[in-house]
Amino acid sequence: MPTTAPAASAALAAPAFADATASDRALRRFLHGLPGVDTVGLEARAASLGTRSIKTTAKAYAIDLAISMIDLTTLEGADTPGKVRALGAKAVNPDPTDRTTPRTAAVCVYPDMVAAAKEAVAGSGVKVASVATAFPAGRAALDIKLADVRDAVAAGADEIDMVIDRGAFLSGRYLKVYEEIVAVKEACGEARLKVIFETGELSTYDNIRRASWIGMLGGADFIKTSTGKVGVNATPANTLLMLEAVRDFRAQTGIQIGVKPAGGIRTTKDAIKFLVLVNETAGADWLDNHWFRFGASSLLNDLLMQRQKLSTGRYSGPDYVTVD
Amino acid sequence: MASQTPQAAAQAAAQAFDYAPAPESRSVVDIAPSYGLFIDGEFSDAADGKVFKTVSPATEEVLSEVAQAGADDVERAVKAARKAFEMWSALPGAERAKYLFRIARIIQERSRELAVLETLDNGKPIKETRDADLPLVAAHFFYYAGWADKLDHAGYGAAPRPLGVAGQVIPWNFPLLMLAWKIAPALATGNTVVLKPAETTPLSALFFADICRQAGLPKGVVNILTGYGDSGAALVAHPDVNKVAFTGSTAVGKQIARTVAGTDKKLTLELGGKGANIVFDDAPIDQAVEGIVSGIFFNQGQVCCAGSRLLVQESIQDELLDSLKRRLSTLRLGDPLDKNTDIGAINSAEQLARITALTETGEAEGAERWSAPCELPSAGYWFAPTLFTNVTQAHTIARDEIFGPVLSVLSFRTPDEAVAKANNSQYGLSAGIWTEKGSRILSVASKLRAGIVWANTFNKFDPTSPFGGYKESGFGREGGRHGLEAYLAPSSPKGERK
Amino acid sequence: MSTVDSSSSRLSVLKTYKLYVGGKFPRSESGRVYEVSDSKNKWLANAPLSSRKDARDAVVAARKAFGGWSGATAYNRGQVLYRVAEMLEGRRDQFVREVADAEGLSKSKAAAVVDAAVDRWVWYAGWTDKIAQVVGGANPVAGPFFNLSTPEPTGVVTVVAPQESSFLGLVSVLAPVIATGNTAVVIASEQAPLPALSLGEVLATSDVPGGVVNILSGRTAELAAPLAAHQDVNAIDLTGVTDDALAKELEIAAADNLKRVLRPQPVDFAADPGTHRLTAFLETKTVWHPTGSLGASGSAY
Repeated sequence: MPTTAPAASAALAAPAFADATASDRALRRFLHGLPGVDTVGLEARAASLGTRSIKTTAKAYAIDLAISMIDLTTLEGADTPGKVRALGAKAVNPDPTDRTTPRTAAVCVYPDMVAAAKEAVAGSGVKVASVATAFPAGRAALDIKLADVRDAVAAGADEIDMVIDRGAFLSGRYLKVYEEIVAVKEACGEARLKVIFETGELSTYDNIRRASWIGMLGGADFIKTSTGKVGVNATPANTLLMLEAVRDFRAQTGIQIGVKPAGGIRTTKDAIKFLVLVNETAGADWLDNHWFRFGASSLLNDLLMQRQKLSTGRYSGPDYVTVD
Repeated sequence: MASQTPQAAAQAAAQAFDYAPAPESRSVVDIAPSYGLFIDGEFSDAADGKVFKTVSPATEEVLSEVAQAGADDVERAVKAARKAFEMWSALPGAERAKYLFRIARIIQERSRELAVLETLDNGKPIKETRDADLPLVAAHFFYYAGWADKLDHAGYGAAPRPLGVAGQVIPWNFPLLMLAWKIAPALATGNTVVLKPAETTPLSALFFADICRQAGLPKGVVNILTGYGDSGAALVAHPDVNKVAFTGSTAVGKQIARTVAGTDKKLTLELGGKGANIVFDDAPIDQAVEGIVSGIFFNQGQVCCAGSRLLVQESIQDELLDSLKRRLSTLRLGDPLDKNTDIGAINSAEQLARITALTETGEAEGAERWSAPCELPSAGYWFAPTLFTNVTQAHTIARDEIFGPVLSVLSFRTPDEAVAKANNSQYGLSAGIWTEKGSRILSVASKLRAGIVWANTFNKFDPTSPFGGYKESGFGREGGRHGLEAYLAPSSPKGERK
Repeated sequence: MSTVDSSSSRLSVLKTYKLYVGGKFPRSESGRVYEVSDSKNKWLANAPLSSRKDARDAVVAARKAFGGWSGATAYNRGQVLYRVAEMLEGRRDQFVREVADAEGLSKSKAAAVVDAAVDRWVWYAGWTDKIAQVVGGANPVAGPFFNLSTPEPTGVVTVVAPQESSFLGLVSVLAPVIATGNTAVVIASEQAPLPALSLGEVLATSDVPGGVVNILSGRTAELAAPLAAHQDVNAIDLTGVTDDALAKELEIAAADNLKRVLRPQPVDFAADPGTHRLTAFLETKTVWHPTGSLGASGSAY
């Protein structure tokens, strides 16, 4: 993990890129100088990796790994402490019938639910992540966003999932996006920062690559696809692209950064495809919940059913996993 | 690389994401211990009773014993095809079309079986036979089926005529796909066929004979002669063959051109290549790396249109090579029937020896060799994905077709230099261009002397897309409307001796 | 041509017939000539007896001209070919006389031949910017790719011009070769090379770039052999080879670098030529490029 001090991490650890963030023009030149992305080729590569056949022992390994990488998420207007406690219990003990089932990586909630979540997972090692910065639209003044972050951190959040200012990004004000990330990173203190791009709104793969680099330069600990609140969320292709970005960033700076696809990953088959992407793009160093997460909720039950199938040899059903 | 958390490191060390074997079931295909020649709708032994064995290149296991056609068998097959020609060419196009549609559908139905068979006999990964060869085979028949009753509208004059008996000789790299490229247009245009598959991969053609029977194709319309080069030579030399189509090496192609010289036989040749894959500094790098990999390691590089010369702009050479080596290290070499295998076996001991000899020449001439770290199985014919750097135009490995998983890396400084180097070859089959600049793609594409130019992609095939080379890569086109020409004569006999 | 004009006592000026190579009019490097006579065995002129070296020089000139000519716009090539027709029209009388002498035709028949030859240039002038649309086009591949096939000239083409039809036949085999952007090395009719050599003078004044057409006179067999074997020649039209054994020999030699070979066949030069002679010396180039979606938002599986 990045062990350097927050906020200053990019500048210190990646001096090669210090010039890139010196001005809006410099940053724009840098981002537009990144290699382009060919849509068809990227999607074909993602699809091709999707044909890997993961069976038996490899499947068992992948299922447990996937469970351990889940940020079990509830982000509803209707969330209550009771709902969050149930979620926390599920994260700590996903399958009551099988205590060997790994715990999820974290629960992910709104800032006002952090305290309840913290209590629910206390002592388990499950982290509490909180969306902040006027999630999901991010349309608030910076002060409000930072206050949102500090509030969540003060309530005990281990991780902060921020959203970038897509309006600023799409209008070419990259430095604004960057500076906001730097500020949020500083507000995070010890908490790890996940930077959400809302890839569905960025629209092009070139934009996703540029956003990835802004995020990485800004001090993100994770780059994350999406909020789960728009039409298109995590896809194999946009996740593959972000994995290429963290791979390249580590090669150039030595800094390893995590990736979190979120939204739309519902089945074991999907999750395993993403793990194959990780394995064959960023590499085995990322096959750990410190470096890769799934932002998901219904995925967990499907993984649990598949896990039961592997251990019992028969297909499970929704009545044999918990509804939370 | 940054430090990992201790528990992460421990976990990674304890358990890696090793893909467990995921073999496709061999039981879906039933290979008989022996096969005869398919002549006039029947399987029969060679007149002189000769046979030869076909082995699985991945294990050297003998798969079956097949008849070896001699001159008498060629005679019999051509006679059967000649006899069938009268009836077949007189059939309304719409009826011929329906036979071809039937064949296309049966191939789709039996594609899993055929994919496994092809993988066993050829050594290529099941991933490729399943996802590339077989879908393209079915599509090719489906495409040409639709032409059979529309030939008047194809641009070759009203009521163009079939030529007669087509003698077709195909290679081992895409056995069933090359069969489809040959047979589908020949039958659609009303010709009948005698086809000789390669000696190392005879089985899928013999299974195709069975598909012809299932489709109810009239006897003698398709005849399959298995055998070695001499069988093929006898076929193309036969005086009652009207059309010769050959895919294979340039050396044999030239020999065939000499054989048919002075005759009325129409000739099309699809031969060797030394394709240049040109990567400019503004290329979409990650996709270019995939394209380079697909360009030279698809089917173990045993592809005539392979991008076997990488021409990379000097300013990004180091970066690109690092990416390429990293990517090659993830290629999975091994059991071709495993669904996760990327690199299968080399087709034959002979081909492996040729690849080995040429790479030794590469080293002897001073090029620097790098091979992907992978363990080669002890039985069978294998060659690790390999690339050579410090290669110049003068090196043998930059000029000769290796037909194996070996990439020669050369550099250039300007677009003009890239084009000059790409064109500096006796061949002219394929080329690749990688750049995000549209006008550069179009200007470079127009200057390349190659029949297929893939821009920001590589090794894409489609039945509607004409395929074939410039210069010593052969002449004539296969696929698309263009592919009909090889099998048609103008409606007016004027100016034709036949 | 008569040596002495009998109606007056003026001695006419005889033309020295020369080769046409690289836009220039050289003599044969061998210094050799041979006698050309009319159908009644009357001496007409001495024609250069080209050597293998002349053939080689012609190939060098044709190769040098190929880049520019094949790279010219089709519209431009059309205008150049039309200009040839214009120039020829202006020298109609000369060619009627030469064709009448060469082929033993009456004035009126020779005139008809020359008119047909002029019209043939016009026909092919019109083809230059149409053939690509007729034989090329987009291919509807089953994937997110733009796929376009376009015809391109094969390169340097050796044309063995018809022996009998020394002018209309020549134009009929030459014009389609250069219309599409090839460059040509022409072996003129052995017995009747004078119209071909005079055509060089027309081409030289018709905006046809030097080297696009190179015209050799001499022994067909002697010139065709090195050209059929020449590794820098891409195709050969054997129309003017009348000996089957020679045709076969040339085709075998041509296989050494896989030249495209148009075999000899009886041709009615008065008939509609069709597109056959255009397509015989065209390659098809197919270019692929990904299309893909406009953005990442709509693409998932």
